[in-house]
Amino acid sequence: MLRDVERVVVSLQVNGEPTELLIPVHKTLLEVLREDMRLTGTKHGCELGECGTCTVLVDGLPELSCLLLPVQVDGRSITTIEGMAGGSELHPLQRAFVELGAAQCGYCTPGILLSARALIESNPSPSRDEIREALAGNLCRCTGYVKILDAIELAASRGL
Amino acid sequence: MLRLPRFKYLRPKTAREAAGMAADAGARAMFVAGGTDLFPKLKRRQFEIDTLIALDFLPRGVRQGSGEALVGAGTTLAAAAREQGRTGPFHGYAQAAGLVSSPPLRNAGTVGGNLCVDTRCNYYDMTYEWRKAAGFCMKKDGDICLVAPSSRRCWAVSSSDTAPMAIALDGSVVLCGTDGEREIPVENLYLDDGIVYMAKKPHEVLTAIRLRAGAKTRSAYVKLRRRGSIDFPIAGAAVALQFDGDLVSGCRIVLSAVASHPLRASAAEDFLKGRRADLETIRETAEMAARPAKPLDNADLSHFWRKRMVRVVVEEALHRASDQTAGLAG
Amino acid sequence: MTDFSVVGKPLPKVDAAAKVTGRAVYADDILLPRTLHCRILRSPHPHARILSIDTSAARRMAGVKAVITGHDLPVKFGILPVTQDERALEHEKVRYVGDPIAAVAAIDEEAAAAACDAIAVEYEVLEPVMSIEEALAPPKDERIQDYGGPHNIHKLVALEFGDVDGGFARADHVREDVFFFQGNTHLPMEQHSATATYVDGRVTLWSSTQVVHYVHRALAKVLELPMHRIRVIGAAHGGGFGGKTDPFAHEIIVCKLAMLTGRPVKCTLTREEVFYAHRGRHPVLMWVRTGVTRHGRITAMHFRTALDGGAYGSYGVASTFYTGTLQTVTYDIPAYRFEGCRVFTNKPPCGPKRGHGTPQPRFALELHLEKIAHDLDLEPSAMKQLNFVQPMTRAVNWLRITSCGLDECSRRVIDASGYRNRARRPGHGMGFAISSYLSGAGTAIYWNDMPHSEVQIKVDRGGVTAYCGAMDIGQGSDSVLATIVAEELGLQPADIRLVTADTDTTPIDLGSYSSRVTFMAGNAAIEAARKMRDLLVEAAAAKMGMQGAAVQVGAGRVGDFSFEEASVLAEARFGTLTSAGSYKPPKIAGPYKGAGVGPSPAYSYSACVIDLDADARTGLVTVNKIWIAHDVGRAINPLLVEGQVEGSVYMGLGEALMEEQSFRKGLHKWPSMLEYKSPTFLDMPEVQTFIVETVDPEGPYGAKEAGQGPLLPVPPALCSAVHDALGVWIDEVPVTPEKVVEALRRKEKGEPARYGPTRFPAVPYPPAIKVEPPPKDMDRASAAAI
Repeated sequence: MLRDVERVVVSLQVNGEPTELLIPVHKTLLEVLREDMRLTGTKHGCELGECGTCTVLVDGLPELSCLLLPVQVDGRSITTIEGMAGGSELHPLQRAFVELGAAQCGYCTPGILLSARALIESNPSPSRDEIREALAGNLCRCTGYVKILDAIELAASRGL
Repeated sequence: MLRLPRFKYLRPKTAREAAGMAADAGARAMFVAGGTDLFPKLKRRQFEIDTLIALDFLPRGVRQGSGEALVGAGTTLAAAAREQGRTGPFHGYAQAAGLVSSPPLRNAGTVGGNLCVDTRCNYYDMTYEWRKAAGFCMKKDGDICLVAPSSRRCWAVSSSDTAPMAIALDGSVVLCGTDGEREIPVENLYLDDGIVYMAKKPHEVLTAIRLRAGAKTRSAYVKLRRRGSIDFPIAGAAVALQFDGDLVSGCRIVLSAVASHPLRASAAEDFLKGRRADLETIRETAEMAARPAKPLDNADLSHFWRKRMVRVVVEEALHRASDQTAGLAG
Repeated sequence: MTDFSVVGKPLPKVDAAAKVTGRAVYADDILLPRTLHCRILRSPHPHARILSIDTSAARRMAGVKAVITGHDLPVKFGILPVTQDERALEHEKVRYVGDPIAAVAAIDEEAAAAACDAIAVEYEVLEPVMSIEEALAPPKDERIQDYGGPHNIHKLVALEFGDVDGGFARADHVREDVFFFQGNTHLPMEQHSATATYVDGRVTLWSSTQVVHYVHRALAKVLELPMHRIRVIGAAHGGGFGGKTDPFAHEIIVCKLAMLTGRPVKCTLTREEVFYAHRGRHPVLMWVRTGVTRHGRITAMHFRTALDGGAYGSYGVASTFYTGTLQTVTYDIPAYRFEGCRVFTNKPPCGPKRGHGTPQPRFALELHLEKIAHDLDLEPSAMKQLNFVQPMTRAVNWLRITSCGLDECSRRVIDASGYRNRARRPGHGMGFAISSYLSGAGTAIYWNDMPHSEVQIKVDRGGVTAYCGAMDIGQGSDSVLATIVAEELGLQPADIRLVTADTDTTPIDLGSYSSRVTFMAGNAAIEAARKMRDLLVEAAAAKMGMQGAAVQVGAGRVGDFSFEEASVLAEARFGTLTSAGSYKPPKIAGPYKGAGVGPSPAYSYSACVIDLDADARTGLVTVNKIWIAHDVGRAINPLLVEGQVEGSVYMGLGEALMEEQSFRKGLHKWPSMLEYKSPTFLDMPEVQTFIVETVDPEGPYGAKEAGQGPLLPVPPALCSAVHDALGVWIDEVPVTPEKVVEALRRKEKGEPARYGPTRFPAVPYPPAIKVEPPPKDMDRASAAAI
């Protein structure tokens, strides 16, 4: 028999905007972003922490939203792909991904862009190997990673 | 979408309070820190619980003293990898922390959690539906071992990268129970069983890790896995060497992922002590270290090959640890 | 050479901005008001008869709105007309772990999952058949399927072209080898997802599919509704690679549940279910015998394959032919015998994965020729080059070769990599291999005479909209369509609005499979766009008082007018401005049964060199760099072509080194993204890509395929590099370190220095159908005309 659902109020700072939500405590951040807030830019590929697709930034660092509870990030700052561009201006990383064709099916792209952003914010001119290390938790099946590496290098070379 | 089961979520303020809550709730409660091991297992119904007790209060950060480092159990693996630096006696620990899983998991996973990480087996780390189709094993829902059906014990594999390194660095852990704290060597934290793999009482909270090493200690961790990231170890070697001149005066060699607990290669340690870490000695030491390893067919790649690789990872770890001395001397 | 304004330029994809901002709406992002959530109960047994299914407890559970079983969807379906052997839900028999049995629609996934748990199924467990050898033997209990045979054989083919025995008799050297290519899966990052509604007696399905048209057909059949009452829309696509090219159970199930409940119903597969949906690479055992002259010229070849098909037909009949058909389009084989066999086993069904049925024989063929070169003491790449087919020829099995850049591709990678002058050091090796692939299958999956692709264009107040059923699965087919229409109308791709992959609003395109979209939809788009340009030009010319031929179109202008002004003139002159184009491949198949698989309007060509280090102590292989050249005919967008080539190399490398579908006791050993090894950023070497343009006479602006062919040379090039490094042959993929170590052990003991299958089983192939080779100059007239 299913036990009762415990609901909690959480205050999330998603993409700079405060949101108060009453949610079942066992819903993951991934589910809350996608289903309650309808921020479907955050994708998912396994829900077990094995693919990196659902990466979001928590206080600027990449974490997997499929393995986080909103109560664990109560009050902390969450960045999703929807919060990456400044208004209608693409973020330099997004622009480089567009220019170099770094998104094919695009499904891993939000997670990869966010991981790349965290990297570039802490290391503005990473080497190709440093990019590989930083993104090693994000799988992509389309690109062979080549254009993604090129795009991150291009964005880094232009500065943020 | 794989989803979590329903649970009650408790938020104690102190380790003592958490231990009390856990003691009251009994077997249907578990602690959650980073959650990177816990949540997949809840989704796959390997853990069935009513209550999660959050360990948000755990100390974070590393305090370096003379000859020791005190690592708060809530320190993320990423922070531990960063703060321990690229040189110094605790370098091997930083390496081990930095090789756990993948970057986003290291930003969530904690050093305490990695010491407590559940033993693994590819008959066990599967969804409920898969395990039902395979026939449940004794670690969860069943009564036989699917790896070794005639065995009365569970052979799930210790898969922590940092535990062997903590043992190699003569580490101890601070455990907080309902009546107070106790500190035990990391080596004594583990039991030789795939199911009851920790001597920590279920309600005890692991709050800190103390690593010890003299200034002339050099450590290294070598991890073998199929891919450059994400994967658990399928063999690994943690090595800490102390030098007296160019002789090895102290030595610990601990293996990961070849038994249900981190496996200390004592005979090899004894052999190396008092010797120069030259190529031939390292080769012989590694050979001896590999002997007690008995991997079974329950992790990635064949157990024959993994057994063969133990020697290689130990040799590599010994080389790296002794190369660091060369660097210091020069 | 023609001067293009947008064709050939590295322009951004038309959907790039939507994808980098999270705006693109994928199937699982769709959540309509009042949506019910569906979960599917699947078989825990690899092979069993279903004795009873009791759904009564599930139906009574809170939140459950509908429960269905095979009794509700009894009509069988399947992608090929000859193998309609699947049911959306099985109520008589299950054939693999994961076979769907019942489905629940409930208010949320939690309730649906709990209801699935409450369904009681009684089984009579049957002995599973888990290997090719077992499938060839009499079944212990009963056959998996009730067609095909003998035993669990699904399909047997045997064809012979030219004088094979004579060819062998003429040979100075004859060699036989056995190879095995392990099965693997597509592993798209996006799990399959579908949402259906039933409104006013009409079903609408949004799905993550590569083939809206074939899903449309299957729905009509199983739901027993006319096609005009069903609408299938392809959502933004999170990766297919062939894995979403069949109609799937969950797509049919959500439609049926929507019809029963009157509410939207959604089903997203879990990652584990994606492994069960599969349709991936067939495991194939291969035996090949080739005769050569002392100079290495092939005189005859005999190729045998045995495919482990899994539990259902899927594309299997086509896959079987594909394991034999494309050998002849890279090497000039004067006499060729092919015997193929597909068996049923109690595993998830295999189907088309990137390269469909051809990477396996390519692997065998390339390594086999490499070994022959070693036998004859010839340089392997030179010996292969000696046998390359020539442009504008017919192969012995009647396949028509038009443009062919094999020579140039080979030269580019050999020169750039220094393959022929490589320095020798222990553990270091380089390997070379080539390949070819279709630019679209020359025949449709079901017999008909209609076009394979159609494009409509509407121009209205200066705005251009192109309509086409093509499904962009990330390869960029929408961008190709926009580029072509823009090129013809003198605009930019971003100026073209696209409506694609919607069976209600777009004319047909058969879908994204067999690398057909650029070639077929591209040609349809050219036809439609040129007709539209003619209307605009005629109107502008009339206003300018000139002949149409004198009117320049380009840079957003038509003669003296802006595009918008010209469109107003044309609309005033002709009324509503619409145009249409379509494409039907030429009828070029040979005069024999089975000739329908293999013909393509054009073949792409690739060559690859891999540089690696292999550690003799551990068997671990580290790939340092890959050079790949691909003859794409013409790169309509070089950025997209490079992306397809690099992605193919990645997938080929994964298959070569680590990806495999493994089974243990009837069960998929590791249906997870952790244990099914997909290379990470740290496992992928640098890739240097060369685009070779041969300008195919029939391709749109000369373009051919890009997305599949470059995968094929990677596994054999890797194995030949491992041999170069360590002196051992690994005659099967994936090349895991334990295989390398074992081969080295055998070498040390003086046994054959290889790891791989030792024998090919006895397969009851029928007598080969003998086919006369085509006349030598049969296409000369048409080639001259081009």
